[in-house]
Amino acid sequence: MATVDLRRDAALSTDEAGHRLPLEPEQEWRSHPAAAMLVLVGGTLALVFGLFLSVSFGAADIDVTTVWRAVFAYNPADTDHLIIHEVRLPRVVAGAMIGACFAVAGAMMQGMTRNPLASPSLMGLNAGAEFVLVLALVFVPWIGFNGLIMASFAGATLGAGLVYGIGSLSRGGLTPVKLALAGVAVSSLLAALSSGVTIYYDLAQNLLFFFAGGVAGTTWEQVHLLLPWLAIGFTGAMFLAPSITVLSLGDEVAKGLGQRTALVKTGGSVVVVLLAGSAVWVGGPIGFLGLVAPHITRFLVGLDYRWIIPCSAVLGALTLVLADLGARMVNPPYETPVGVITALIGVPFFLYLARRDTRGM
Amino acid sequence: MIDAIFQSNVRTLPQPIKVMLLLGALIVGTSVLSLNLGFIQLAPLDVLRTVLGQGTERQELILFQFRLPRIVLAILIGMGLAASGAILQGVSRNGLADPGLLGINAGAGLGVIALVLFYPSAQASVPFLLPLAALGGAAGAALIIYALAFKHGEITPSRLLLVGIAVGFGIGAVTLVFSLRMDPNVYRFAVVWLAGTISATTWSYVLALLPWTAVLVPLTIYKARLLNVLNLGDQIALGLGAAVEWQRRLLILIAVALAGSSVAVGGGIAFIGLVCPHLARRLVGPSHQVMLPVTLLLGALLLVIADTLARNLLAPVEIPVGIVVAIIGAPYFLYLLARTS
Repeated sequence: MATVDLRRDAALSTDEAGHRLPLEPEQEWRSHPAAAMLVLVGGTLALVFGLFLSVSFGAADIDVTTVWRAVFAYNPADTDHLIIHEVRLPRVVAGAMIGACFAVAGAMMQGMTRNPLASPSLMGLNAGAEFVLVLALVFVPWIGFNGLIMASFAGATLGAGLVYGIGSLSRGGLTPVKLALAGVAVSSLLAALSSGVTIYYDLAQNLLFFFAGGVAGTTWEQVHLLLPWLAIGFTGAMFLAPSITVLSLGDEVAKGLGQRTALVKTGGSVVVVLLAGSAVWVGGPIGFLGLVAPHITRFLVGLDYRWIIPCSAVLGALTLVLADLGARMVNPPYETPVGVITALIGVPFFLYLARRDTRGM
Repeated sequence: MIDAIFQSNVRTLPQPIKVMLLLGALIVGTSVLSLNLGFIQLAPLDVLRTVLGQGTERQELILFQFRLPRIVLAILIGMGLAASGAILQGVSRNGLADPGLLGINAGAGLGVIALVLFYPSAQASVPFLLPLAALGGAAGAALIIYALAFKHGEITPSRLLLVGIAVGFGIGAVTLVFSLRMDPNVYRFAVVWLAGTISATTWSYVLALLPWTAVLVPLTIYKARLLNVLNLGDQIALGLGAAVEWQRRLLILIAVALAGSSVAVGGGIAFIGLVCPHLARRLVGPSHQVMLPVTLLLGALLLVIADTLARNLLAPVEIPVGIVVAIIGAPYFLYLLARTS
């Protein structure tokens, strides 16, 4: 009972301070473990189904039984098996991993900042990673995959640092509107610098695939390199999940409950940078996934981040796999950038958030 | 710093006129400099001789067919975008409003991309159609944003900005889909154009833009007092006898037309509409009668400088001017953002 009162007080005081609550007060207490289990199990099943569907669909149509055999009884002599194994599987697996990365990164950011618009693309992480990756590709082209991942981490840190730094410098703190504006401005600045560099070195054409975003042409090597970072990121996120739940009630509450908020936030930021940075390295700046997936997850499973994080991961992976499938189906044989598909999902959602009660925004 | 310089110099003339004269002189100076600079350098004396009709044929070609239309266009576009931003900031009472941020430029871009996609010949032969297409797109975007930002009979500044950003993202995605259906040559034109460029200029583009600027800019200045009244808030404006909602819509229409016609020939140049009104307010204060002309001059000056840099900074490679403007404008915007509470 005492905790409930504490939460209610905190909710009120943050309201007066002008910060927007991440959710309506009556939703503050919700946590639905049963729904979360359902999302986890159902989402995983749907994800597996989506993976098979995505692998079987393509320029050469391959039926699902062949896909099954190619995965579990691989025969290198068979052309279909070879296509599946070398071209399609890494692509869809990478898609699922990237989707999970962006979604978990977004969930962590929204939990830590209590800001409904926090997400890798709106907070400049994607643009920052893109910028430093472009610099690395232009000036040290021999850097190799591991070096590029490091560059991506550095860039994500740079972008987030700029947006967050400007937000905290400003009077009144980082409100959602300021976050969006700072994110747009930092992103357009970094994008302008990126294009300036690529135009000067005449690499615009070669790097176009990167700007558009997408998982076409992903290799197993990239998947293998992505895997450890994803594992570290997820483990970190799950480890921090209970603290994020407390933190999402407000800094004062968290501090009152004895949490070392600075430590949690630092750890959370590292996790976010690892997840978003490695995802951008493979998939390019795919927007909106990290914004939408956590919101839908929170709507379904409540506010306990021990459930939100795994469920976001599953839903994010599912969304990106389906978006990638859609990107190939819209205008065959050409591919639509997957970022367009995620924008088609994300923009209406963004509008919904913008139109929701914006007091204090 | 500029502030301080002006304040210390005010002796005889009232400050706004002095500021305007200085800005005008700066524009002329930068233009002359811009005429000199380039892949083929012309000495200032040669420029003067050519202007007076004494130059060689080659010098005349470079000056009158390549560089001069470009500078004139930069001046017109800069004025249009700056005026559009000033109006939007005044109407929404939001210092961070800008046609680029609000998705209006994106709408204009979509209009042009659609025109180029469905009538590929329009790109070369009919520059006069471009402003109309851009205008259609800009007006469509503005309408969508206005409708979506409207809630409970009012538009709050923050909702307007968020809705504008969201709609801008959506239009960007649709533009990307459209531009992927183009053949590679048209696509390259579209990419460079979307980044903001005034490199493909001839006098016909100037002629296409001039009527819009010539009508809309004086109209904007004519509406200066109305903008002052609107700035006081809806209640006071109503009390002073302004038909608030009507006038607001008319002003937004002017702003959209200014942005649309500028984007039609200049591409997606952001931040000019944002930065110039702020600088103008710092120089001469918030009254629109003096602030608007200073904003116009600043817009012209900023774009002429940016275009000169774009042409010469990484010569012989030319950067889209939109990139230069973003590199100048975005930090200033972030500075403003950090200052607003």
